Amino acid sequence: MGFFDKLKRGLKKTNEETFGKIKKILSFGKLDEDTLEEIEEILIMGDVGVECSERIIESLQERKKEFDSPEQALQAIMVEMLDGERELNYPSEGPFVISVVGVNGAGKTTTIGKIAKILKNNGKEVVLAAADTFRAAAIDQLRVWAQERAEVTLISHQHGADAGAVAFDAVQHAKSKNKDCVIIDTAGRLHTKTNLMNELAKVHKVVKKVIPEAPHEILLVIDATTGQNGLMQAEKFAEAVGVTGIVITKLDGTAKGGIALSIKERFGIPIKFIGVGEGIDDLKPFDPNDFVNALLQETEDE
Amino acid sequence: MFENLQEKLSKAFKSLKGQGKISEKNIKEAIRMVKMSLLEADVNYKIVKGFIAKVKEKAMGEEVMKSLTPDQQFIKIVNDELTKLMGEKTEKLKFVHRPSYLMMVGLQGSGKTTTAAKLSRKLKSEGKKILLVAADVYRPAAINQLEVLGEEIGVDVFAGDRKNALKIVEDTQELAVKKNVDCVILDTAGRLHIDEKMMDELESIKKMVNPDEILMVIDAMIGQDALTTAKSFNERLEVTGFVLTKLDGDARGGVALSIREETGKPIKYVGVSEKTDGIEEFHPDRMANRILGMGDVLTLIEKVEQSVDQEKAKEMEKKFKKAQFTFDDFLDQLKQIQKMGSLSSILGMLPGANKIKNLDVDESRLTRISAIIQSMTKKERKNPKIINYSRKKRIASGSGQPLSEVTRLLKNFEDMKKMMKKMNKGSFKGLKGISGGGFPF
Repeated sequence: MGFFDKLKRGLKKTNEETFGKIKKILSFGKLDEDTLEEIEEILIMGDVGVECSERIIESLQERKKEFDSPEQALQAIMVEMLDGERELNYPSEGPFVISVVGVNGAGKTTTIGKIAKILKNNGKEVVLAAADTFRAAAIDQLRVWAQERAEVTLISHQHGADAGAVAFDAVQHAKSKNKDCVIIDTAGRLHTKTNLMNELAKVHKVVKKVIPEAPHEILLVIDATTGQNGLMQAEKFAEAVGVTGIVITKLDGTAKGGIALSIKERFGIPIKFIGVGEGIDDLKPFDPNDFVNALLQETEDE
Repeated sequence: MFENLQEKLSKAFKSLKGQGKISEKNIKEAIRMVKMSLLEADVNYKIVKGFIAKVKEKAMGEEVMKSLTPDQQFIKIVNDELTKLMGEKTEKLKFVHRPSYLMMVGLQGSGKTTTAAKLSRKLKSEGKKILLVAADVYRPAAINQLEVLGEEIGVDVFAGDRKNALKIVEDTQELAVKKNVDCVILDTAGRLHIDEKMMDELESIKKMVNPDEILMVIDAMIGQDALTTAKSFNERLEVTGFVLTKLDGDARGGVALSIREETGKPIKYVGVSEKTDGIEEFHPDRMANRILGMGDVLTLIEKVEQSVDQEKAKEMEKKFKKAQFTFDDFLDQLKQIQKMGSLSSILGMLPGANKIKNLDVDESRLTRISAIIQSMTKKERKNPKIINYSRKKRIASGSGQPLSEVTRLLKNFEDMKKMMKKMNKGSFKGLKGISGGGFPF
């Protein structure tokens, strides 16, 4: 069963049913070494990582008395870690500019198509900026989303053109035509490539020439299958351009996306959306409760 | 996160050196560190547990080298095991049929299309005629992407009706024969291993073309779920190998260990850039190092190991300079060389040596020379001048070699010593002797 099915099921089920193995482990009420190791195993297998898992277990030991049961404690601690502001940072006026960034293959373009659809459904006029001028046919890919699926405006230049110029034109266009939102599709880049990270900062700088506060939202897209390297990605992208939110994609597979918990815990960057399929409606707002339930529930089926 | 680990390491290694044998107790800290390190590299939790248990069992009771701590020695054993596990050698692609079909499969965003182009370029440069087939009809513009890449590298791209993957593959078969290509590379759509319908599609394609290679493309940044995915793809399709992509980032790539241990299938290539030439053969030893992430410690251990040999080498150098080189020393050298591997492979590693023709060194001669030296008495080895005719005859029969071989070795050995003297006097004219067969072998 995929992770998203579990997410969905988690919504329907009561807390009592959702925990599976964790519940069994903790129902003995004792937190002995074996129990803790089993919890650690579940967390690490969910890509939460060693450090963050250790921190969760420490809190569990310290705070178990505040709760009725250890499983409640564990869930509450993890939900708390994930809690925080998740609303999009809409500006009070002028076009709302979102820049979508991330490593190659994370799912940026697909995510942009889906966000465009959500915004359009909310009655907004949306402009997409095809600023991935590097990858072959990336512009075509975004065009299909813009024209055939979300039915929004696309601003694009030639393959190989200056990414900043595309972003500038799109924001300028939105401003002059009184459109509501601009979403910038940037090229995938590994966070270790300094020149490409600098280029990304330059794209944002160019946008600021039109709207000084833009981009209002910088979303880092992270593939749910990502392991501990996700921490490096978050760190480097935050350093280079600032990141206001995380989108976890591909949660419809068996990966649990626990790295997002690590990222939130370490850098305080909130998770705003989750991607759960290739369809245009498969982007959902992030819900910490469902996410934690699904993450802890996993092992019961294995 | 990482500095932290190094700190912990150096702390742990302050403990006593050369503590006799490896025991459960004196490697406790090392086990914890190795475990942490492997998990941080995203090696699957279950694989880590199994791997460490296996190595621990192997290491128990082993003698600890003088200048190492038991912890260090354990880490060295882990690294050796890891290297062994990753595969001893680089595995090549197989071409059985003609045209030979190669299928690229994997999750979305792992890098199949880029890798397909890279492989085509590489195989083309090796003189093969390639046909690239775009069978990803699902991701918008995936076909365009392959067409653009194909044009860039000068390889034909076929996309048939651009709508039905099975139909495209079916039409490919006729075309491939007509075009008389050596190899067809099929780029398939990314899919989840739990998507039954999509996995069925791959199975059908496999049945149609009977591929020589099914390569699963995996992102090096993948976490714990790698095991599940690789296992599912392998069970369903029997993949022939893996390509690990995006290794130009800083991911430690623990997935390499997980998939190798789980499926036993080799990693054949790694992707190291976005450009179409960014593909390299997989080097197991480098990967082991990267996963373990204990570079400093390993370097230290290597140095300790080398220093043992270095002392010997220094001694040898002294003797060399004084031209006091004896047959015993020579025998030592022969053993060292034989330990290192075959002579031709060593020579092959030397820069420029591949340009030298007739590189075949008669390795059986080394064995024969060893036999001759071993048939000499201690006195004779130290002072070959005393070897007269009757001694020669004794040595020849003792080693089972003809008398002429013994004479030749003695002559060459004397020449070599003369040359050493010349070199030490600063005259390098004598070096000419080398190419003229001045060395005893």
